[in-house]
Amino acid sequence: MPDFFNFLKPKNELENQGGFAENHPYIPEELWIKCPVCKNAVLSSDLMDNHKVCPKCNYHFRIAARQRIEMTADEGSFEEMDADMSSTNKIGFPDYEKKLRSAKISSGENESVITGTAEICGEKTVIAVMNSQFMMGSMGTVTGEKITKAFEYATANSLPVIIFTVSGGARMQEGILSLMQMAKTSGAAKLHSDAGLLYITVLTDPTTGGVTASFAMEGDIILSEPRALIGFAGPRVIEQTIRQKLPKDFQSAEFLLEKGFIDAVVQRKDMKKTLAKLIRLHKTETKEEVRSE
Amino acid sequence: MSAYDHVIAARANDRPTSVDYITRIFGDSFFELHGDRRFADDKAVIGGIAELKGKPVTVIGLEKGRNLKERMSRNFGSAHPEGYRKALRLMKQAEKFRRPVICFVDTSGAYCGIGAEERGQGQAIAENLMEMMTLKTPVLSIFIGEGGSGGALALAVADEVWMLENAIYSVISPEGCASILWKDPGKTAEASECLKLTAQDLFKLGVIERIIREPKDIESRLFDSLKNLIAETFERKSSISPEKLIEMRYNRFRKF
Ligand SMILES: [Zn+2]
Repeated sequence: MPDFFNFLKPKNELENQGGFAENHPYIPEELWIKCPVCKNAVLSSDLMDNHKVCPKCNYHFRIAARQRIEMTADEGSFEEMDADMSSTNKIGFPDYEKKLRSAKISSGENESVITGTAEICGEKTVIAVMNSQFMMGSMGTVTGEKITKAFEYATANSLPVIIFTVSGGARMQEGILSLMQMAKTSGAAKLHSDAGLLYITVLTDPTTGGVTASFAMEGDIILSEPRALIGFAGPRVIEQTIRQKLPKDFQSAEFLLEKGFIDAVVQRKDMKKTLAKLIRLHKTETKEEVRSE
Repeated sequence: MSAYDHVIAARANDRPTSVDYITRIFGDSFFELHGDRRFADDKAVIGGIAELKGKPVTVIGLEKGRNLKERMSRNFGSAHPEGYRKALRLMKQAEKFRRPVICFVDTSGAYCGIGAEERGQGQAIAENLMEMMTLKTPVLSIFIGEGGSGGALALAVADEVWMLENAIYSVISPEGCASILWKDPGKTAEASECLKLTAQDLFKLGVIERIIREPKDIESRLFDSLKNLIAETFERKSSISPEKLIEMRYNRFRKF
């Protein structure tokens, strides 16, 4: 039976099913880091200097949302919105409070997305960055609310929106209310779009399920990090459904590029200047000047 | 009835499918339209135009099939991207010709497979959510059996959503939920309870506007009363301006 909710993990973490964020290849404090793809030992400081990308094989390590903002926003320009919003157990799902507590501790964040305004090479924008360390970036009511409010703020203030996605999909502990977030965020994205404003999504590893089937795929321009896993259904769910192995690189960013579903695969080191360039190419001053004449 | 009893009832093979509803409500007036104009005609989605009490409507349904042969050809009601794109094409057409849209929802979920991913299942659903939100014509969705997650929502960004008394609507199948959360597919009944997927639960949560009672002899009165109800609803909506309609639809989902 096809299941919409996908609970994705890279292959090296499949043993840890059911756990949430504990065993991801975040960069630990040790001096040497073993790259999970090429298995080479990389000096921790080299990795940091290289935007947390393996210098040997170009594997893009998963990074926390705060680090992503640091890499993307001009220094000191990020102003967070709705930082205190946090989820409650609206449908009384067993153990949800416990899961939320441990997600808050392990991620140091209140929810699976951080939203706010920032400048990117001097270009003002609304930005939302999802966090895989918080319940695998799953979309709960507060996730959807923060993203919706970010779109509404951008629409009211004629700003572009940039969203970095990473998500295992809907958050089943919120039942149908999680599903409703797909419609809610899509509606907010549509009104922003109808106002003639720019929306760029940056898909990072992994982006699946309800996030793929809503705002992740609704950007005017859709970018991705190299080799990110992007799909509607997770690979394991598909393999169970069709009872065969999936081809190598199926659902990779490069695969989606070839199939026509994303605009470009962008290296992490080039992401900031790419976003700034795209925002500049959509600046409306010239249009406004023409109108006012 | 427990939540799991509703799950079983919603999936029962002898339950009327979208084709039954279309035949009984619209009769010979239904004219089927095929294809998404991009890739193929997905038989998991049936769509067309019909007459309801003298007025044209666009009708779209997720169709599981009524016997094994039909079920195979209709992929058990699990649509591919081309199915959602066909549905969107017909909705846009309804907008153009200013006729209301009625969707019958009955699916365990959007199909998970190689072709579905290659052709952008996520993108197809996302586009429907976005476009339906600002469709300038009334949309009504009726859940007649299973409402499986995003694959159901892609036909349910509507002004009103109704559910048959024994229909279900859930973010994940109870089996999937049990096996992910508790690694125990045996806990399906418990998961059904936790997910709040029955019509009663969803009405309480404000996710649906109406529960349609299922008479014991479902054939007898259901279709006639439903026909009247749909016609009345569209009559009421027809006096609302498109701008107001869109604002109300946005707020309908904005509240969650
Ligand atoms: Zn490497």
